[in-house]
Amino acid sequence: MTTAAQTQPKPVPEPDESSQEFFDGAKRGELMLSQCNECKAWLHPAAPVCTECMGNDLGWAKASGRGTVFTFGVMHQFYHPGFTHELPYNVAIVELEEGPRLNSNLVNIANEEIKVGMPVKATFVDQGGGVFIPKFEPA
Amino acid sequence: MTTNMSGKTAIAGLGITEMTREYIGTTEQVAVQAIRMAIEDAGLAKDDIDGLLVNAGVTNDISIGLQKTAGFRNLRLMNHMNAAGSTAGQMVHYAALAIEAGMANAVVCVFADTPLRGGSAGAAYGQIRNTRGMAGMGPAYGFFGANTGYALAARRHMATYGTTHDQLGAIAVSNRKWAEKNPRAMQRKPMTLEDYHNSRWIIEPFHLFDCTLVSNGAVALIVTSAERARSLKQPPAYILGMGQGHPGNPGRAGFENEMNTGAQIARGTAFGMAGIDNSDVDVCEFYDCYTYTTLVTLEDYGFAPKGEGGAFVQNGRIEPGGELPVNTGGGQLSGYYMWGMTPLSEGIIQARGQGGDRQVEKHDCVLVSMQGGLLDFHATLILSPHASNN
Ligand SMILES: [Zn+2]
Repeated sequence: MTTAAQTQPKPVPEPDESSQEFFDGAKRGELMLSQCNECKAWLHPAAPVCTECMGNDLGWAKASGRGTVFTFGVMHQFYHPGFTHELPYNVAIVELEEGPRLNSNLVNIANEEIKVGMPVKATFVDQGGGVFIPKFEPA
Repeated sequence: MTTNMSGKTAIAGLGITEMTREYIGTTEQVAVQAIRMAIEDAGLAKDDIDGLLVNAGVTNDISIGLQKTAGFRNLRLMNHMNAAGSTAGQMVHYAALAIEAGMANAVVCVFADTPLRGGSAGAAYGQIRNTRGMAGMGPAYGFFGANTGYALAARRHMATYGTTHDQLGAIAVSNRKWAEKNPRAMQRKPMTLEDYHNSRWIIEPFHLFDCTLVSNGAVALIVTSAERARSLKQPPAYILGMGQGHPGNPGRAGFENEMNTGAQIARGTAFGMAGIDNSDVDVCEFYDCYTYTTLVTLEDYGFAPKGEGGAFVQNGRIEPGGELPVNTGGGQLSGYYMWGMTPLSEGIIQARGQGGDRQVEKHDCVLVSMQGGLLDFHATLILSPHASNN
């Protein structure tokens, strides 16, 4: 039986000019990250200027999608009806092999099995309305 | 050429409104109430005030309009300052520098917030502010509120150094023991380590009792010259040391800022100015939005080696009667949540020797640590009843 709470959608990010490439990549199954054309630093989340050299000549490049769990938590607190049926759910920070860290969720693993440092790889999930976002599963 | 600021200025007035979950007026009203209390506490008149520094909380209701609201007519110095939770410290820093430079003589620093308006305590802190572009990614993954970021920082420390829930719990229990002695504290019911473990999960690794409570209220204080403070009503809380550290967090490989805060930077400046070392510190008042914040702050000031903060806080070391009293008013966890004004107000009370049942007998050197963001910003004050460390 479906309750009203279970049918509530999760918050869906609205792609904008500065993030379109990221979301387009996610839809194709590719992890696209901002990269500085001057110093080649990989940047996430996409920023208006390079945090490493302060240049503003930024492009996009495909990352490997491989990384490790930097840290994680298991959320029990209700904040948004879109998550009600998933409580408790995990939140994790993944350190990509290119350097940047991403906030994400781990999938295809029980919360009790998650370990800091474990290798993971990106998988892409429809958040609703055709907007895909990267999540991570054990590699 | 060096100029030593140590002991040249002091905090001479303190106003703390009721700390409550109830509605006690608009944010502007409680701000002005706290200012009025601070002026009266110092034995000054409103027209003596020639500086006003304002820090708004999460409700962001107050700003430079407070000059008009409170009817200040003689200001020579004014600003609305924001370095998140560390701002209380920065306000005092800039007030002291301005006073020493002759730009003002009696500067009010005020923080006011009234986030509790009938909803849940965390409502104001967990709101989704933006779903556009990258800013929408946090809510999409279910990252909500400050709880998430701090819980993940604590997990990193636990995984790296073996820090345990018993150790985080020891901090919560200590705070409550202090709060039992503070009439102003919002949570005074005795708490055992078992109670801590039994409190519900908010976000693992944090239980409810790892997290700050939320308060409506305001705190104001008055900074003036050491010389003038001596002629006023209250025992001066001399400012012996000041420092800041703002490392932020690059959020990329090679950085462990979750476990290395700006306290490491601020400490050097403040301890250097005051001419003190850790062994001189009698009382610590730390920003403790979470149990973990106290733990990492103890490490970053060098009271415990990195990674050993957990062992340090066990066996009553930071409790009443312990070797290093920490958060003697109950802190933010059990006392009241006025951002950096929580540790600062209690630091002033301890330096004055007005802590009543919770007063630490030896309080010649009070270390006040304020931090904000997600361990991004840091401010330090060294307060003392003596104008000099010697
Ligand atoms: Zn660059």
